[in-house]
Amino acid sequence: MTRLVELTISEALNKLDAGEITSVELTQAHLDQINTLDHTIKAFITVTPELALEQARQADELRAQGIKKPLLGIPLAIKDVLSTKGVETTCASKILKGYVPLFDATCVARLYEAGMVMLGKLNMDEFAMGSSTENSAFFNTLNPWDLERVPGGSSGGSGAAVAALMCMGALGTDTGGSIRLPGSFCGITALKPSYGRVSRYGLIAYGSSLDCAGPMTRTVEDAARLLQVMAGHDPLDSTSMPDPVPDYLAALTGDIRGLKIGIPKEYFVEGMQPEVESAVRVAIDKLQELGAQIVEISLPHTEYSLPVYYLVATSEASANLARFDGIRYGSPVQGEDMWDTYRKTRGQGFGDEVKRRIMLGTYALSAGYYDAFYGKATQVRALIKRDFEQAFQTVDLIVAPTSPSVAFKLGENVADPLQMYLADVLTIAVNLGGVCGISVPCGFGMGNMPIGLQLIGPALGEDVLLRAAHAYQTATEWHKSLPPLVQV
Amino acid sequence: MELSHETVRAIAELAKLELTDEEVERYAGQLSHILGYFEHLQEVDTSDVEAITSVLPLKNIMRQDIPQPPLTPDEAVANAPDSDDHQFRVRAVLDE
Repeated sequence: MTRLVELTISEALNKLDAGEITSVELTQAHLDQINTLDHTIKAFITVTPELALEQARQADELRAQGIKKPLLGIPLAIKDVLSTKGVETTCASKILKGYVPLFDATCVARLYEAGMVMLGKLNMDEFAMGSSTENSAFFNTLNPWDLERVPGGSSGGSGAAVAALMCMGALGTDTGGSIRLPGSFCGITALKPSYGRVSRYGLIAYGSSLDCAGPMTRTVEDAARLLQVMAGHDPLDSTSMPDPVPDYLAALTGDIRGLKIGIPKEYFVEGMQPEVESAVRVAIDKLQELGAQIVEISLPHTEYSLPVYYLVATSEASANLARFDGIRYGSPVQGEDMWDTYRKTRGQGFGDEVKRRIMLGTYALSAGYYDAFYGKATQVRALIKRDFEQAFQTVDLIVAPTSPSVAFKLGENVADPLQMYLADVLTIAVNLGGVCGISVPCGFGMGNMPIGLQLIGPALGEDVLLRAAHAYQTATEWHKSLPPLVQV
Repeated sequence: MELSHETVRAIAELAKLELTDEEVERYAGQLSHILGYFEHLQEVDTSDVEAITSVLPLKNIMRQDIPQPPLTPDEAVANAPDSDDHQFRVRAVLDE
């Protein structure tokens, strides 16, 4: 008998519909897993057991009445950057400690409407700024595969919670790789939808032209189920796309014969761990074996994506984070006068990396430097976007590693911010171009650490992206491996 | 690219961040290093390139102006660290 926590969302829905299990049992099993493991892993900032069990009871009742909903009774958890009505939302920052939103983020509201049971809020890099979750103001989250290593970031709590079977799926957000990198480091399936496919309403903003919420699950099929619910136009977000949402489950045909997939030569960078490169090459062979046609392509402006990203994202952040002044919400530090109160509140309330990025963005936007930094970056961004548009005229998808390395050790990159930024070197361009990307497990390196395969699709091409990733998972077993810590 | 302590303090003032002397020292070094690495952006020829601030093809999104129930006064100040009679209390803005 499979343990309840090992079920995928698809398997659990079948058992719930067949009356073999209840949502209360399923939810309790995940709460037990949290109780057993989370004092070690530390993925959750807030656990909401009473709320979850009440929602599970309601789900069981609705199911008994014959009511059908796409995720009825499925326990999930939410990154703490997404607003949850009545449940503290901190962005892993001291400045928001105690903040309780008055509304749900649209993507959270849609999951509730679809029947989600909410287990709690997940740890992250403060304001989603980081690649290891070490920038949380509260505590580090550990990688379930090796407790000396980071889970990736910024959605590290989401990655670790899904990998350690503490929830059936989680929401993350991705501004420069923050869904896909922890997906890769924790050995799970992690989808960054196209910019505008999922509403940003209630996602506490970091880089508004880049931010995107998406699902982190154990299978592509489960990710498709979550995206189906989250995607679509929202009158509350004028940057959400009005295009109709395809049937993502129906897109999972298992057939990728004739699909043209490009390998960008710029993505096999110097310094890549040899085991990562060889695992990804083997995965590409597998896609070819399944009938895909593999061609080499070029995305010539790839090497500029890192500086463009860190100028655009920090510039947007310096404006977005101006709202945190400790007056309408948050924790103020009183000074001599109003300005002194602002300075102290922000100086003491924000962590080291957040202050560094606000400073970088403020500098890039300031008089005398605007043209050379922010202006130049937005021009080169147009070239990066054009690279993708040209590539997708000849190929259906692009394939690459998610990260040049497996998860690194805690503390390894803390002293050198630039070295930490380089962790995102293969994920960032996707956000700048507004296209979609997914990371799926494709092997192990450095002993027992997961390696991620990244597939990239055109804007609003999630159906084709999911079809290829699902076909790969149907033909391989990597995504079924569990960290030794959670095996019985 | 070297950022002086004065420049770092000026940026911090623009961003309303109180920094310790140790932070000024550290950020001066780190930001100089990061901006130095970013300098190779200047080698890209962008003379014919129009800048983009969004990837979306959308513009001028309009919707019907339909009144929705507002927050109640209690809700509006529910998260305020300091409020009085449904108003946010702030420090004096003007000198006496």
